[in-house]
Amino acid sequence: MRKILFFLTFALMVLATWMTLFYAPTEVVMGHVQRIFYFHMGTVWAATVAFTVVFVASIYYLVKETAKWDTLAYCSAEIGMLLLTLTIITGSIWAKPVWGTWWTWDPQLTTTFILWVLYAVYLVLRSGAGGRGKKARYSAIFAIIAYVDLPVVYVSARIKRGISPVVFGPGGGGIDPAMMHTLLVTLLGFTLLFVLLLGERTRIMNMENQLYARGGRVG
Amino acid sequence: MRNILLIFRKDFLVEWRSKQIFPTMFVFSLLLLLVFNVAFEFRSDVDSRAVSAVIWITFIFSGLLALGRSFSLEKENNAFAFLLLTPVSRSYIYLGKLLSNTVMVLLSELFILPLFLLFFLFDADGASLSFTGTILPFLGVMVLGTIGFVSLGTFFSSMALNTKLRDMMLPLLVFPLIIPVVITSVGICSSILEGRPPDYYAFSLQVLVSFDIIFILLCSILFEYLIEDSGD
Repeated sequence: MRKILFFLTFALMVLATWMTLFYAPTEVVMGHVQRIFYFHMGTVWAATVAFTVVFVASIYYLVKETAKWDTLAYCSAEIGMLLLTLTIITGSIWAKPVWGTWWTWDPQLTTTFILWVLYAVYLVLRSGAGGRGKKARYSAIFAIIAYVDLPVVYVSARIKRGISPVVFGPGGGGIDPAMMHTLLVTLLGFTLLFVLLLGERTRIMNMENQLYARGGRVG
Repeated sequence: MRNILLIFRKDFLVEWRSKQIFPTMFVFSLLLLLVFNVAFEFRSDVDSRAVSAVIWITFIFSGLLALGRSFSLEKENNAFAFLLLTPVSRSYIYLGKLLSNTVMVLLSELFILPLFLLFFLFDADGASLSFTGTILPFLGVMVLGTIGFVSLGTFFSSMALNTKLRDMMLPLLVFPLIIPVVITSVGICSSILEGRPPDYYAFSLQVLVSFDIIFILLCSILFEYLIEDSGD
């Protein structure tokens, strides 16, 4: 199962890279730099999935109090943090030529930034909470509140007008079918990549926990 | 309801007799005010946006200072453990704490506000302060915004005190979460100072009220899980 997932993810990511670079047509106004957008969307999508996993796993942990949910939440938060950092970096690379600036306080960017800070605090809280049970419970509570907080942050940031492109939904322009194919393959690829990483990370974490339980040293 | 009021009364008596939080908050706010005044080079022509921002930064900083204190008082002599022994739902304990903290923070804000208006607005151009047009809506926003950040602040101060990092943890936990309160409160206050009609900031007001409701509910539910036991 692990091997199948690994090869499937590998194949899809290679395909996504090829499609991004060669299959997708060049955007008329933005040119080649627009191609980074597929990976930008891929990482932000996978990060969203990651933080939703953190949220759901945290609720399960509070209700069931079994360590496996806490492990899942923690590993997912770690990977989500990585993906979100990549999102911000790819977004900045895209924004510099297109908007003429690396960063601006537009609602989507503000929300992403706050999301990043929230999960950074989540990781700090885990390292500074104290005992294992306390650490798990506190971080679960924080994760739930943070997840609920985000939509409110987004709505309040929207009080000022934004400039991030809205590609889908009302007011958004349609896109070329070839671009759509590329986007879908990239999204799927990043979803699988996330699942793969999450599986591997929890496996390592469980091994660490076992070692810890046996009184071995970790790290 | 009675339980909430009893906790409120207890906290208030403690503060009335010890006078720890209130003077500290007041002096701290004054110092912040001085710092901002110096930073703005004692100019009185700063715009309403900056004034609102200064007001809210002061409120939130001094408010969090008080909140951190409010739970560490309970820690002394293990008072909180006895509070938990009372046959009351944990949610009521949270709501009682929320009420007493909100009133305490609001009171000190009320003392600070006139000084603000004096330092920053008194001789600003065209700042006509009418009671119904400016002061009353302003106080309303102050209450709503304070409830907003105190609801999360009360919740997390009881969490932060039990962590290894203690007081260090509180601002870290609370600041990113209360961004909506900061955005809406500062926005509404500056609109009010500019003398805009209520329609102009109605949406912000809705967001602020929703924030208050959502987080009071969520925190009172989660409070049960927060203080399950004092083990580990």
